[in-house]
Amino acid sequence: MNEIILNSHNKSLIRKKRFWNISLIAIILIGIILSSIIIDINSSNLLNGIPRLGDYVSQILPSLESSNLFLSPKDQGSIAYWYFNLPKYLKLLFETFNMALLATIVGSTLALFLSFLAAKNTSPNSLVFFTIRRILEFFRGVPEIIFAILFVWVLGIGPLAGIIAMTLHTTGSLGKLFSEVHENSNNKPIDALKASGGNWLSEMKFGLLPQVLPNLISYVLLRFEINIRASTILGFVGAGGIGQELYLVINFNYYEEVSAIILLIILTVISIDLFSGYLRKNIIGVEND
Amino acid sequence: MKPLRIRNLKKKFKDTVAINGVNLEIEEGKITGIIGRSGSGKSTLLRMINRLIEPTEGTIEFNDIIITDIKGKALRKWRSECAMIFQQFNLVDRLDVLTNVLIGSLGRNYSFLNLFGYFSKEEKINALRNLNRFELTEKSLQRSGTLSGGQQQRVAIARALMQKPKILLADEPISSLDPKNSKRVMDDMLKINREDGITVICNLHSLEVAKKYCDRLIGLSEGEVVFDGKPNELTADISKKLYDLDDE
Repeated sequence: MNEIILNSHNKSLIRKKRFWNISLIAIILIGIILSSIIIDINSSNLLNGIPRLGDYVSQILPSLESSNLFLSPKDQGSIAYWYFNLPKYLKLLFETFNMALLATIVGSTLALFLSFLAAKNTSPNSLVFFTIRRILEFFRGVPEIIFAILFVWVLGIGPLAGIIAMTLHTTGSLGKLFSEVHENSNNKPIDALKASGGNWLSEMKFGLLPQVLPNLISYVLLRFEINIRASTILGFVGAGGIGQELYLVINFNYYEEVSAIILLIILTVISIDLFSGYLRKNIIGVEND
Repeated sequence: MKPLRIRNLKKKFKDTVAINGVNLEIEEGKITGIIGRSGSGKSTLLRMINRLIEPTEGTIEFNDIIITDIKGKALRKWRSECAMIFQQFNLVDRLDVLTNVLIGSLGRNYSFLNLFGYFSKEEKINALRNLNRFELTEKSLQRSGTLSGGQQQRVAIARALMQKPKILLADEPISSLDPKNSKRVMDDMLKINREDGITVICNLHSLEVAKKYCDRLIGLSEGEVVFDGKPNELTADISKKLYDLDDE
């Protein structure tokens, strides 16, 4: 008797699950079809445009000659000729790197303070929780480039505008991520601190922080990678760094310089990604001993 | 000696009554065991004494202070005088044992420097002395998460002693321990009661343990006191009623 009930219950569960799975697939398919109609994916523009992409890429490629490859900057076809502006690029790249670094440090510090107020389990009251959550959403919701345009207009062209733009965005997104980490933490040690008469600050410092720190560091490093990429783009609106130079050479059609700069940026991003990925793995590895 | 006075204490959660009008006087210097099956309100009662849970009605009084009315600094001071140990030990796993014990001093002797991980030499010596009492000195630099359950609970007792408490609240301190470790933890609580004169109020699941260690037993059922007396006054009849064996 019990077996029959169990079986029929099981079957109805499977039926229910199957229904939801099929509905989900149907909804996704309809979504894809609708959106391709809306963005007009079949238009001839796309088909005609693709070859032009190849044209541009071939134009920006440097004309290197194998015999002259290692000659001086004055000889056409050498790498040095292609990268004649390297000292300037490196200086700007360093500026970009520093913009990202500063924005990450300041942004994650602000995010850390706000995250305690924005997590359900650590916020002193629901009004603070609600307000800080909305503020973080605003900082996260507005794209960095909009902040950058605003601050370039306010502060003038230069890296400061980019740094502030990235700091705000970093605060918004890390603040939310941090507060979610807090919410997933174990509240038992915090209870113990409360029960021993500790104040809110010591509850956070000794009860919460040791639990969440590895996760927070991992998020900060990830954000640093993102900021390195973002800070190159912000230069396009005059917010300093290598992006500003890239925008210039694209506009003036200095084709070979475009590829020189892009290659440099790609190399930088890859090496920082690798390095911070290695760090993140090590931090988590050490913590899981 | 002034007892801890609980008057007409009530606690309602949304639609259940956890504690329904409890009146108690708990004398200083004794071990009082609170017994009853799970859901009888033992934990709620204990947590209202140090205000981890706010009562809906009623008062708790100690040394002419109405515990249920105090706030802020006074509340933190009360909590530091009234230490608690927990079923799950509630240590900070990632921190070493010594720091976990030092945490107990934060309510009594807080300085801004503590937030940067600084503790004074006296407190460190205090902490080591407490660890030494429970034969845990050689574990002091180990992460507390790597210790066995019994060891963790004894670290928690050492942390509680750091508060220099007058009362120790123990919320099911041995429920997640094996018999051997349970005995050790109970012996340690007996030791601090007899040697330091700390009042112990202890929630216990096991009647056997409660009868062996407690000076007085209080039986709770559905949020009400149904027994209050010496362990030898607890008859088989009452304990059967307490645990409501045929009600399930």
